[in-house]
Amino acid sequence: MAHGGDAVIRIENLYKEYVTDAGPVPVLHGISVTVHAGEFVAVMGPSGSGKSTLMNIVGCLDTATSGSYFLNGRDVGHLDRDELAHLRNQVIGFVFQGFNLLPRASIADNVALPLIYRGTAGGERAERAKDMLVKVGLGERLNNRPNQISGGQQQRVAIARALVTDPRLILADEPTGNLDTHTSQEIMTLFSELNGRDGITIVLVTHEPDIAQYAQRLVRLTDGNIVYDGPVAEALPHHLERTT
Amino acid sequence: MIRAMLGEAWMAMGANRLRTLLTMLGMVIGVSAVILMLAIGQGAQQRVQESIASMGSNLFIVLSGSVTSGGLRMGGGAAASLTLADAQAIEELPSIAAVAPSAPGTAQLVYGASNWSTQVIGTTPGYLTVRDWRLESGSAFADSDLRSATRVALLGKTVVRNLFGEGDDPVGKTIRIRNSPYVVLGVLASKGQSLDGRDQDDTVIVPVTTAQRKLFGTRVAGSVRMIMVQAESAEAMPSVEKAMTDLMRQRHRIREGADDDFTIRNLTAAADAAEETAKVMSLMLGAIASVSLLVGGIGIMNIMLVSVTERTREIGIRMAIGARGRDILLQFLLEAIIISVIGCLIGVLLGVGGALAVNRLSGTAVVVTPSSIVMAFAVAAAVGIFFGWYPARKAASMKPIDALRYQ
Repeated sequence: MAHGGDAVIRIENLYKEYVTDAGPVPVLHGISVTVHAGEFVAVMGPSGSGKSTLMNIVGCLDTATSGSYFLNGRDVGHLDRDELAHLRNQVIGFVFQGFNLLPRASIADNVALPLIYRGTAGGERAERAKDMLVKVGLGERLNNRPNQISGGQQQRVAIARALVTDPRLILADEPTGNLDTHTSQEIMTLFSELNGRDGITIVLVTHEPDIAQYAQRLVRLTDGNIVYDGPVAEALPHHLERTT
Repeated sequence: MIRAMLGEAWMAMGANRLRTLLTMLGMVIGVSAVILMLAIGQGAQQRVQESIASMGSNLFIVLSGSVTSGGLRMGGGAAASLTLADAQAIEELPSIAAVAPSAPGTAQLVYGASNWSTQVIGTTPGYLTVRDWRLESGSAFADSDLRSATRVALLGKTVVRNLFGEGDDPVGKTIRIRNSPYVVLGVLASKGQSLDGRDQDDTVIVPVTTAQRKLFGTRVAGSVRMIMVQAESAEAMPSVEKAMTDLMRQRHRIREGADDDFTIRNLTAAADAAEETAKVMSLMLGAIASVSLLVGGIGIMNIMLVSVTERTREIGIRMAIGARGRDILLQFLLEAIIISVIGCLIGVLLGVGGALAVNRLSGTAVVVTPSSIVMAFAVAAAVGIFFGWYPARKAASMKPIDALRYQ
C-alpha cells in the first residue's frame, strides 16, 4: 500500500489528564497527528512523556479528556464500550511489552482467543491460530504453555494473536522492552515484513533508537507535546549506517 | 461461542482445584440438606396420608342425634333413630358409592381353649368397600346372609392371632360369640393402627341383621348406631351431604325449623387438617434446609469476588483483544453456574443416599420425589446466577486500561 493513502489514524488537538487526589495531572497537551495506511511509525520519548497514554487512546483502551480521534474516518469519541471492543477485535492488533498472554492457556488457545469474541467456529479458530503460529515460526509448539517458551517466542505468540483477526493496523507498546538485543532484532524484522510485505500499518512505541530505526517515520514526544514528526533518517542520522 | 466459553470456565476452575471444590462443598451441603429434609418431611406426609386412606376416602358418618330423658341430655348417637331402612334409602341417592350401616358391640369370643373379648360390628358387605378393606383369605358374607341373619363372621388379624395362634387357618372353622356358634367366612387384611392409636385389626364383622336380632338386640326394631356413607368423588360430597340431610329430615318427619335428630359428619375435613399439618411440617424442614443453600450461595459469591480481583489482568487482556462486557459477564456467570450445578448434582446424590441411609438405620419413612430434585436443580442454578451476577457484573464493568494495568 502506498504512502499518503487514506488516513488510518487522525488525531486532532487531543488532550488527556488523569484525575488524582492532588488534582488533575495533564499528560497530553493537545496533540495532533495523522497516520496514513501502510506507514511504519515509531513513537519515542522519555518516561512520562505520554507516549503510552497516546498508544492506549489510539488502541481504544482509554479515552481522551478532549479533542477528537478518528480511526479509519470514524469518530471514536462517540462510541460506546461494545463498539470500542468491536474495534479492538476487528480493526486493531495490539502487542504489549509484557506480552500479556494467558498463562493457563496453550499457545494455540492464546492465539485463537480474539476469534472466540468474533464468534468464529471452533474448527476454523484452531486452523487459523495454527496458520498464524506457523507464520511467526512457532508451528511446532502449539500445545506449549507460555511459561514453557522463551520471551522472544512469547512475543511472537502475542504478535500471532494480534494478527489472527487480519487487522490493518498494529499497535506495539515497547514490544522489545523485555527482550535481549538479538531477539529484539528478530521481532523487529518480523514487524518490517508485516509492514513491507503485507502493507499493515504499524505504530510502535519505543525508547531505543535502534528499534526506532526499523520505522520510516518518527514522532517524538516530550511532556505531552510532539516535538518532532518526520523521517527517522533525519532524526537519528548516527544510526543510519546500522540498517540497510 | 458458548462451548468455547464453557471450556474457558472449566480451565479457570481447574486452575484452582481446591478452592473450586471447597466452594462447591457449600452447594453440596445445602442441596443435600434440602433433599434430605424434604424426603423426611414428605415421608411423614405420606405416613399421614396412608393412615387417612386406611379410614376410607370421601366418607360421611351419619349418627343419630341426642335424646333428652328426664332432663338429661344423652349426647350424640344416644337416640335410636337411625334404622336399616334409612341406610337403604340413602343408597338410592345419586353419587353414592357405598353405604354401610353399623351396629357395634363388645362380645366374648371362644375357640377351643382360647378366648378373647373384642369389638363386634354388625354391618353389610358395603362396609368393606367404604373402609377400603380387603380380605386376606376366604370371602365376605352375601346378601342372603343379611336377609336370613345367618351366624357367620369375618375376623381381623389381631383376633385371629389371639384365638388361633400362628399357622392355623381360621376360614371354615366355627368360633363361639356369646356362646353361639359362628362360621368364620374370611380373614380381613391387616390395617394397622388408626390415627388415634386404636388397633383396627382387633375387630369381628358379622351381618348387621345377625347383630341386631341374635347378638346384641335393639331398642327399636332395625335401629343401627351409625351409617357410613361413601360418596363417589370428593367433588360430589357437598351435594351428597345436602341430599342426605333432606332425605333424613323427610324420613324422620322433622318439621320446618326444628332441629335434626341426626348428625352428618364429614370425615374428609379432619383428614384434610391432618394432611395440612404434615405439609406445613415438611415445608418447614425444607425452609430450614434452604438456609444452608443460601449460605452456600454466599460462599460462591465470596469466591467469585476474590477470583475477579485476582484475574483483573486476565480480564484486561481479554478486553484488549476485543471481549465485550457481556463476554466477560457470561464467562464469570458460567463459572458460578457450573460450580453450583455440579455441586447440586453431588448434593442430590448425597441427599438421596442420606435419605436411604436414614430409612435403613432408623426406619423413618422417606420419600424422594422427582419434583424435589428438579426444584433443587432449579434453586441451584438460580443461586449460581443470583450470587454470580454481582462479581461477574463487577468484572464486566472494568475499564480495559485499568484492568490491564492492574498488578
